[in-house]
Amino acid sequence: MASIPVKQQPQELAVVAEKKVQSENQLRLTWRRFRKHRIALIGAGIIGCFYLVVAFAGFLAYSDPNVSEADRSLLPPQRIRFIDDGSFRPHVYGLSGARDPLTFKRVYVADPNVKLSVTLFARGFEYKLFGLIPTNIHLIGVDGAAAEESLFLLGTDLQGRDLFSRLIYATQVSMIIGLAGVAISLVLGMVLGGISGYYGGAVDTIIQRIIELLRSIPTIPLWMGIAAGLPRTWSVLQIYFAITIIISLLGWTTLARVVRGRFLSMRKDDFVLAAQVMGCGQMRIIFRHMMPSLVSHIIAMTTLALPSMIISETSLSFLGLGLRPPAISWGVLLQQGQNIQAIALTPWLLIPAIPVIVVVLAFNFLGDGLRDAADPYSKIGR
Amino acid sequence: MYRYIIHRLVMALFTIVLISVLSFVIIQLPPGDYVNSYIAEQEASGALLSAEEAESLRDQYGLNQPVWVQYAKWISRVVRGDMGMSMEWNRPVTSLIGERMTLTIVLTLATVLLTWALALPIGVYSAVKQYSAFDYIFTFIGFIGLAVPNFLLALITMYFSYVWFDASIGGLFSPEHVSAPWSIARTWDLMKHLPVPALILATSGTAEVVRVMRANLLDELGKPYVTAARAKGLSDWQVIRRHPVRVALNPFVSTIGYILPYIVSGSIIVSLVLGLPTVGPLLLRALIAQDMFLAGAIVLLLGVLTVIGTFISDVLLMWLDPRVR
Repeated sequence: MASIPVKQQPQELAVVAEKKVQSENQLRLTWRRFRKHRIALIGAGIIGCFYLVVAFAGFLAYSDPNVSEADRSLLPPQRIRFIDDGSFRPHVYGLSGARDPLTFKRVYVADPNVKLSVTLFARGFEYKLFGLIPTNIHLIGVDGAAAEESLFLLGTDLQGRDLFSRLIYATQVSMIIGLAGVAISLVLGMVLGGISGYYGGAVDTIIQRIIELLRSIPTIPLWMGIAAGLPRTWSVLQIYFAITIIISLLGWTTLARVVRGRFLSMRKDDFVLAAQVMGCGQMRIIFRHMMPSLVSHIIAMTTLALPSMIISETSLSFLGLGLRPPAISWGVLLQQGQNIQAIALTPWLLIPAIPVIVVVLAFNFLGDGLRDAADPYSKIGR
Repeated sequence: MYRYIIHRLVMALFTIVLISVLSFVIIQLPPGDYVNSYIAEQEASGALLSAEEAESLRDQYGLNQPVWVQYAKWISRVVRGDMGMSMEWNRPVTSLIGERMTLTIVLTLATVLLTWALALPIGVYSAVKQYSAFDYIFTFIGFIGLAVPNFLLALITMYFSYVWFDASIGGLFSPEHVSAPWSIARTWDLMKHLPVPALILATSGTAEVVRVMRANLLDELGKPYVTAARAKGLSDWQVIRRHPVRVALNPFVSTIGYILPYIVSGSIIVSLVLGLPTVGPLLLRALIAQDMFLAGAIVLLLGVLTVIGTFISDVLLMWLDPRVR
């Protein structure tokens, strides 16, 4: 018994060492190819910024996103003035609202005499940084007045809530829901795709038929059906969770297909055969030998799957079937800009469409770059 | 060849059966049933329903039986062309859906045709003039088309049409034709209103097909038969049109399979935004009111139509490209 470990040890050491060199090499190659993709790098930068917003949402928002005030309903975006009497002093004008006696529309008049200076690191509403550290310092604020009552960079919504701060919090929710959805569909896609591709035969046929079936159904009616089935009494958190699962349930098929295709072509490769001959267990072959050569590809596919998750959540919430107020997400914000009156009279309610488009584009560019970088044969086909 | 068709047909039928089960299950998902929401509605308007009345309503709609019995009853009637009654509207589902379904199909077909009409020339151009300025421009537009969700595109289009042309692009008919009977004038009116929604729906599909078309054509262009044709003295344009384009045409047919569900899905949200009289808005209303026969019928019909469309494209593809058989 005692002789076995002695025999095996040098062998295992050698294998580990060899692997390290190889994996580093591939990573570096991928990185070198990726670096040349300028547009993918820009995409990565933009996404980085978005996740910074996610992390520092409370710090970046200057108003409590849920404080509503009918007197500030549908206020248009406000201008920050930077120069005051020839010196640099950012400030905003005080606003007073009144109802137009003819149209009953609320009209807001800026008063040039009331100058409220905008300061950095101002104190505002209480929040918890990273959900842990209680603080009330925000990136910007107004000197001598509550930000909720005086600062409206992107205007306010129907309930008089500050759109900028709401947009920041919506970014947090929508981006995290996308990540969570992708994580779930990644697990589903890898497990089912892996099984399908590795075992082949009847299992493969069944899984492929299921995927084909799911792909041949128009998904939106299906989502609408499932989402409409969620009980109205559920808490915001439960709905949040359920919506994440719904959007990931139908997103895994693409991933499963890719993983399966790779597995099928790899199954007969020499290194898999070698592992089998050496007596490796199936799980070890799948996860230790086959998965690593898939990793870069899977990362690329995940990046490409994220935007569709985000769009799904946005569409569902937009229809009123996804997240519901008081939850804040891009789709929830866009719901107020649904009709032609909103578009005509209060176009700033459509501002939340901009981050959706930017982030989806950035993910697509990044994903494309990653895919090209991960595939060593990418240049030959084109 | 017939084996292939039969295989596809069996698959399609199987899919339809599963879609019917799925759509029925989904309709069953909401806790409570139509009678619950009906009672809530009555209470909101002041009228109170007694327990007996509620019970007799449930009996009338067969809501007391086990789910599979309800399903069997529903599906056997559907097969005979009776979609049941819409509980909310108190009218046969068929009469409610009829015109809206037709308009949905018209919109979907128009979108597919427009997708092709746009994608074919752009794809060919991008491949033949690879890396030209227009190739880059089209690639970029394509990227945006893929990235921007349909409903946002609809919202943005509506905004700009309002700002620039001071006109609303909603609806499929002018006011005087909305509830008029079908006539040549009404059809013409529909034709005039179709392009904008169809264009909005076609963007992402077009981007996708252009991509595939461009890649396929680029592969074909390098092949020896192209050189041979050119050596025989055909002009550049003739070479491309007669040979590689024909081969590269496959994606046009083969992508219907996955573009169709996409368009149908997209048309629902876009219809809501633009206020089109398709089944989309009706479905949303039915789901919210838990009007299950109506919602079930719409989901089922949309699914079945998509499967039929995909089946037709499969058969077309086989006819076009013998290699598939």
